[in-house]
Amino acid sequence: MITAGIDMGSKTVKVVILRDGEMVGKGMMVAGFESRAAAEAAFAAASEEAGIKVDEVQHIVATGAGRKFAPYTERSVTDVASDVKGAMALYPGARTVIDVGAEEGRAIRCNAEGKVLDFALNEKCAAGAGAFTEAMSRALEVEIEKLGEMSLKSRNAVPMNAQCAVFAESEVVSLLHAKTPKEDIARAVHDAIASRIVSLARKVGFEPEVILIGGVAHNVGFVDSLGKALQCEVTIPNDPEYIGAYGAALAATEE
Amino acid sequence: MAEYWRWKEYRWHDKDRDWRSGKLVTAGVDVGSVSSQAVIVVDGKLYAFSNMRTGSDSPGSAKKAMDWALEETGMKLEDLGFVVGTGYGRVNVPFSDKAITEIACHARGANYMYGPTVRTVLDMGGQDCKVIRCDERGKVDAFAMNDKCAAGTGRGMEVFADLLAIPIEEVGDLSLQVDEEPPPVSSTCVLFAKSEATGLLREGWPKSKVLAAYCSAMARRVVTLLEQVGIEKEFAITGGIAKNIGVVQRLEKQANVKALPAKFDTQIAGALGGALFAQNLLKKKLAAN
Repeated sequence: MITAGIDMGSKTVKVVILRDGEMVGKGMMVAGFESRAAAEAAFAAASEEAGIKVDEVQHIVATGAGRKFAPYTERSVTDVASDVKGAMALYPGARTVIDVGAEEGRAIRCNAEGKVLDFALNEKCAAGAGAFTEAMSRALEVEIEKLGEMSLKSRNAVPMNAQCAVFAESEVVSLLHAKTPKEDIARAVHDAIASRIVSLARKVGFEPEVILIGGVAHNVGFVDSLGKALQCEVTIPNDPEYIGAYGAALAATEE
Repeated sequence: MAEYWRWKEYRWHDKDRDWRSGKLVTAGVDVGSVSSQAVIVVDGKLYAFSNMRTGSDSPGSAKKAMDWALEETGMKLEDLGFVVGTGYGRVNVPFSDKAITEIACHARGANYMYGPTVRTVLDMGGQDCKVIRCDERGKVDAFAMNDKCAAGTGRGMEVFADLLAIPIEEVGDLSLQVDEEPPPVSSTCVLFAKSEATGLLREGWPKSKVLAAYCSAMARRVVTLLEQVGIEKEFAITGGIAKNIGVVQRLEKQANVKALPAKFDTQIAGALGGALFAQNLLKKKLAAN
């Protein structure tokens, strides 16, 4: 059976195609202002990688913030459900799933059967999402891809007082004016977002094994700060940004 | 690059009065996160003020604002009998005799600016927003404050002025040039609201309509804070956003309340309150000696 999952994120759209439950293709596009067209393009890319035609896919399930705008789909599942499904399939010992995306941060606690016990979201504020690190990388004039590596070289912990991304931008500029090394500022940025995520994790009463997914999991600086703040090992799958789509594709196999 | 957020700095002093004939000459300096003001009061009456942007260091900004207020008056720093520092950078006013919180100073300043009937003061500043309830002497009874989030602050409005390339002082007027009031921007976070606004512009919304949607969202946010404390009349608005008619009109409508007209620069309330407190403190000091 061939199934697919489409994760309509706020910034990017991800598609995963499964053949009998095995991932055979994936594709990602920037959602921009044409999320439906982006989803179609991501779907085409995933089908090509899988070596199939779009109409060979039997069941398709959507997830993500913009799931109601997904093309081809019969039904959708919530981000929380697809995150847990995807993470549990890869790591049956997962009890906490943390998903940090472009505009949303999320912590979910589940039991051994994959049932969601509790979850906490930050969706109203950029402070606990990828948008925060992006805004700070602009203020620092450092490419977002390099911000993580840079923060690992920090030798001094500088406190960041602002929580709000807009205020933090001004604070970063002031720190630069005060000749604070960029490495230390980068670390302060990652400590700040990590502390927001940790408060979500505490809210749900996190337990090991903790799985970190979402695009921000690629940021080694954030991962380092998060691990230290949680005081617990954090497992990151390959392609962490695709786990939501993977979970949705798994849900489609249950049709 | 043009700086659309940049508003005009200015100073004023009462040319019809001679401060030398006054007994009590005091000042208040309000170092805010975005703007700084210095106010000089002579014998209980406003004499001079300056209003400028806060620089990267608080002591320097305090000094600059004070020097500018003194300029052209023939008065020197030593002529000031007592100076009160207030605002976010109040402990960093090097020449001040005492620091007093901005909540107390705002209430005191608003009492002077709008008269003793003022009971609720909404201060919309650069990096925070406060609602203060006070008595007929300008003493604080209750207050609520948002200083964690840029939504509902002047800084948030500056971000929008820059995004739309509209000078900040024109935002309010332009936001009223719509045939029909659009629904407010749905994102709370200024960063997300920015993306939302970019999407609206792409859909072909004119800038005036986008600003209307943002001013309306900002008003809604502030009204929520107002409701926490409760609005008791009379009602007055201070701070930089008080000058934005687009936000003021919308919040008056949403909260069903009318703000008292401003007779003074709305940004000087904190520094003015400081200078008035300084009058009392100077009196005490003189009496003790």
